[in-house]
Amino acid sequence: MLEFMEGSHAVAEIIKRCRPQVIAAYPITPQTHIVEDLAQMVANCEIDAEYITVESEFSALSACLGASAAGSRVYSATTSQGLALMFEVCFNVAGMRQPIVMTIANRSLGAPLSIWNDQQDSISLRDSGWLQFYAEDNQEAADLHMIAYKVCEDHDVLLPAFVCFDGFILTHTYEPVALPTQEEVDAYLPAFTPYQRLDAENPLSFGMYATPEYYMEFRYEVDRAMQRAKQAFIKAGREFGERFGRDYSALVEGYRLEDADTALVAMGSICGTAKDAIDEMREHGRKVGLLNIRMFRPFPAQEIANALKGVSTVAVLDKNISLGNGGAVGTEVKAALSGSGISVYDYIIALGGRDVRKRDIAAVVDLAEKGEGDLFYGLRTEVL
Amino acid sequence: MALRVGCAAAPGRALENKTGAWRVFKPVFEPEKCTKCGMCALVCPEGCVRETEEGTFEPDLDYCKGCGLCVEICPKKGIQMEKEEK
Repeated sequence: MLEFMEGSHAVAEIIKRCRPQVIAAYPITPQTHIVEDLAQMVANCEIDAEYITVESEFSALSACLGASAAGSRVYSATTSQGLALMFEVCFNVAGMRQPIVMTIANRSLGAPLSIWNDQQDSISLRDSGWLQFYAEDNQEAADLHMIAYKVCEDHDVLLPAFVCFDGFILTHTYEPVALPTQEEVDAYLPAFTPYQRLDAENPLSFGMYATPEYYMEFRYEVDRAMQRAKQAFIKAGREFGERFGRDYSALVEGYRLEDADTALVAMGSICGTAKDAIDEMREHGRKVGLLNIRMFRPFPAQEIANALKGVSTVAVLDKNISLGNGGAVGTEVKAALSGSGISVYDYIIALGGRDVRKRDIAAVVDLAEKGEGDLFYGLRTEVL
Repeated sequence: MALRVGCAAAPGRALENKTGAWRVFKPVFEPEKCTKCGMCALVCPEGCVRETEEGTFEPDLDYCKGCGLCVEICPKKGIQMEKEEK
């Protein structure tokens, strides 16, 4: 049944049904509505979880790390500066192999201070060992949380995940969303079985010190687990499709790519705008398509190369900037397509909440087809 | 040692971290000069100078980081640092 609700509320409702035992989060715009809803649900005894109130995001994720190590299913949510404050804990969570799921309500990072959307926050944690999934709409945002728990808690993976959805553009927008019932979620996502846990009867230390003789091997194991997460995601996404009719077995998803000459590559809500723009361009005979990167970590380089085999030009829309070296997605797509002969151009776009219209997407396609790229799109040169 | 997921370990496993590999110079004890005062064991920050059956002292080179404090404290100058080739 479709219900009309705010994106943040859809995420809170699906998290409730995923039955986390511990929630710790610190409110920050635009993530606030999610954790307000969950705090209310805990207070109303709608959800049998402990909600730990904390004084910062560093403490929030630290509390989650301890609770996860003790064997609980754990949830948190944050964005922007809050995620930046979690930086150190993020690396520890991944290294200690704790399957925490955290929503990122994507927002730009200061300075200058901005509460508006881009994807700089989660992209900046790309090397931390967290899986990263990006939702195009609120339905996908809700669904990806269930899939994330299933993938993360798989004993072949045992890694944490960010489920990223664009701040305000999705978090504060009302859309029709189909939410599975509690029974349906329980059938898809059984109770968490920890691989190992803190237990006074059988003591263990987590995150031990490793000398140079061992450190590299530990990092190698995390990277191998990352690679295994691709298969785990495909399996979990397919099973999701069988149960709920929405298939997420694709790490990357093409739109009108079959006969496309030019392909846009993007992540998150901008894909919706791009699809509409592509439909209009198609009406004018332009052979344009889209590749939506649903999973950014692990990076599906092979899947991207396969999906873009037939195109001659690629325009990557990057809602982030690796200052000094272009957009992160563009850099990685170029690496994935190196030697293919495809021209790949990167466009830094929509930073700090700058609106993107269909005409902007069409303008990017025009630039790419003229061979003009690797630039900031839409700069207001009059203020520079 | 097989790696354990999450760098997890049972109590006491820190003994496997043989910090002696950090050393450049190693202390060489001369038992014939030793008056058994035990100052070397007291000042060792790693607690890895131990008493022998004869009552003299020797370093545990698995953990000695080669700081040389025992050399400084020895009233009989009975400990020397030697460059260690590995």
